[in-house]
Amino acid sequence: MRAVIAEDLFLLRDGLTRMLQAHGMTVTAAVENGDDLLSAVNEERPDVAIVDVRLPPTFSDEGLRAALQARKDHPGLPILVLSQYVEQLYARELLAGGAGGIGYLLKDRVFDSAQFIDAVRRVAGGGTAMDPEVISRLLARNTGDGSLSALSPREREVLALMAEGRSNAAIAQRMVITERAVAKHTASIFAKLDLQPSNDDNRRVLAVLAYLGA
Amino acid sequence: MRKPLRPDRVLAVAQCLALAVLALAGLGLVLVMAGGPALAIGISVALSGSGWRVAQALGVAAAGLALWACLLPAAASAIRPLATMARALSGRWCQAPIAAPYLAEPAGGGLWRPIAQLRDDPAARRDLAWMAVDGCLGGVVLLVPVVAVVAGLVVFIGSRVLPQIPPPAYPGNSTGSILIAGAALTAAGLYAAPWLLRAHGALASMLLGPAGTAELEQRVQHLSRTRTETIDAGAAEIRRIERDLHDGAQARLVAMGMTLDAAGNLIEEDPKAARALLFEARDNSAKALRELRELVRGIHPPVLADRGLPEAIKALALDTPLRIHLTSDPEQVARLSAPIESAAYFAVSELVANVTKHAQASQAWIDIRRENTMLKITVADDGRGGADPAQGSGLRGIERRLAAFDGVLAVTSPPGGPTVITVEVPCAPS
Repeated sequence: MRAVIAEDLFLLRDGLTRMLQAHGMTVTAAVENGDDLLSAVNEERPDVAIVDVRLPPTFSDEGLRAALQARKDHPGLPILVLSQYVEQLYARELLAGGAGGIGYLLKDRVFDSAQFIDAVRRVAGGGTAMDPEVISRLLARNTGDGSLSALSPREREVLALMAEGRSNAAIAQRMVITERAVAKHTASIFAKLDLQPSNDDNRRVLAVLAYLGA
Repeated sequence: MRKPLRPDRVLAVAQCLALAVLALAGLGLVLVMAGGPALAIGISVALSGSGWRVAQALGVAAAGLALWACLLPAAASAIRPLATMARALSGRWCQAPIAAPYLAEPAGGGLWRPIAQLRDDPAARRDLAWMAVDGCLGGVVLLVPVVAVVAGLVVFIGSRVLPQIPPPAYPGNSTGSILIAGAALTAAGLYAAPWLLRAHGALASMLLGPAGTAELEQRVQHLSRTRTETIDAGAAEIRRIERDLHDGAQARLVAMGMTLDAAGNLIEEDPKAARALLFEARDNSAKALRELRELVRGIHPPVLADRGLPEAIKALALDTPLRIHLTSDPEQVARLSAPIESAAYFAVSELVANVTKHAQASQAWIDIRRENTMLKITVADDGRGGADPAQGSGLRGIERRLAAFDGVLAVTSPPGGPTVITVEVPCAPS
């Protein structure tokens, strides 16, 4: 798998490169600003681009804007956006296209390399990886509306993991229950929230995120 | 042809009368305040001249002075209300609105406060001067149209209508000439009234409005108060940040160092325990990061830094468990200067927090716009109302922090709602 990294802090750029390489990925370019990212994406056509939100020269949301531009230039290009903080506003913008292959994670998540690499692979495969903090804030915002309160605590947990973009198998592993139990929970969630059930993992995630107003 | 009997002209005559009465009341006040000692001395001189013994005459004078001293605070405390009323009437009737020129003053002071005001506030002394001038000039001149109209209508025209009124006596007072003179007098009074009102307004704004130095003094007073408050608030904020860092991230890093050290010591003999410690250290670092993130959010929210006020408030709205309808013109409120953006953001964020905490509202509306050099933000909700800056320290705090930018906060929140709070901050684009 070929990856492009855009991160301005040398330590993090280097650390990320080594982590990806250690998991058998190739880092074809590691750049430090948005413009370089766009040209690297043009030249390398990577399987995934990993981008920091805040990049030089403005140190505002330069990276995010470059990521959105890259998606426009190359529809479907999988992009994983990393940041010191997560904002629902930015999550919305990333998800706005309604297509998969989008990740938005706190930088802290690189602490857990197994989980992080799993997220990279998921995004590269066209899936979604939303940070648990984004999801918990989405859920908090939606609790007042009523329909979420119909869910059992267990179902809420499944819903949160599903919204992060995890497959049934991953959810089962995470919650230490069987995949069949997860499937039962998801069916119940979809019924309670009046969503169209789907066997396609990715479409399912996007439906849930859309329901939560992301 | 213009009709002299337009209702506004008739009204103007009545207003002239009211203002004249007010002017005469003011003159009375001035006479009480200034004339007391003169009267006492005059009486004592007159009495001793008319055969009283000097001691007796002085005793009467002293009693008069004592009475005057008792009346003085009462008279002085009537000055400001009377001047304030004159200002209000001048704005309403003379098209000359006048701002209150007084300096802010410490609370309390009791009975002698009006006297202290006369001593400390030049505007209070100008009030007194106004009453003397207006009493002598306005009290007489404003009565002219009233007298003209009354005389024209009653004495002249009235005498030709009602037999009880004797006709005015002057050479050649035929009925025709009396009627013509009456109509002329009445018309003159009606025409003069609005004109005199305007003249009175001009005089009032000259004497009752803030004088050049008074305006400066008010400004200086305001600036030094808001500066002190800003410095205090800044210092308190820095102390809070220091404490948060000390108790939060710093403590966690210390703990992490110790855990890592313990893990290093254990790694040979008990790799399993060492591994557990390493995970603990990792979790601690994640917690430290989370705390730092919260701290940064409280100092300067990332979206505000990235994109400016409207987007930051949009992000805030997305994070609030409340339906918020946001309207703004991003062009109009393009990047403002950073301190104003930040002050406005935190004001809105606190207002929104108030709505979620206290208002029991189901939805809220936020409108951000710029009118010339004024940033205007309205936060409204459909909650239960009853928000009162005098009661809650929260609104007072917002008001204080906005004051550093000459910003103001206006609250309308009747019991039962809805609540509408408007924040206005003068701004220039950066």
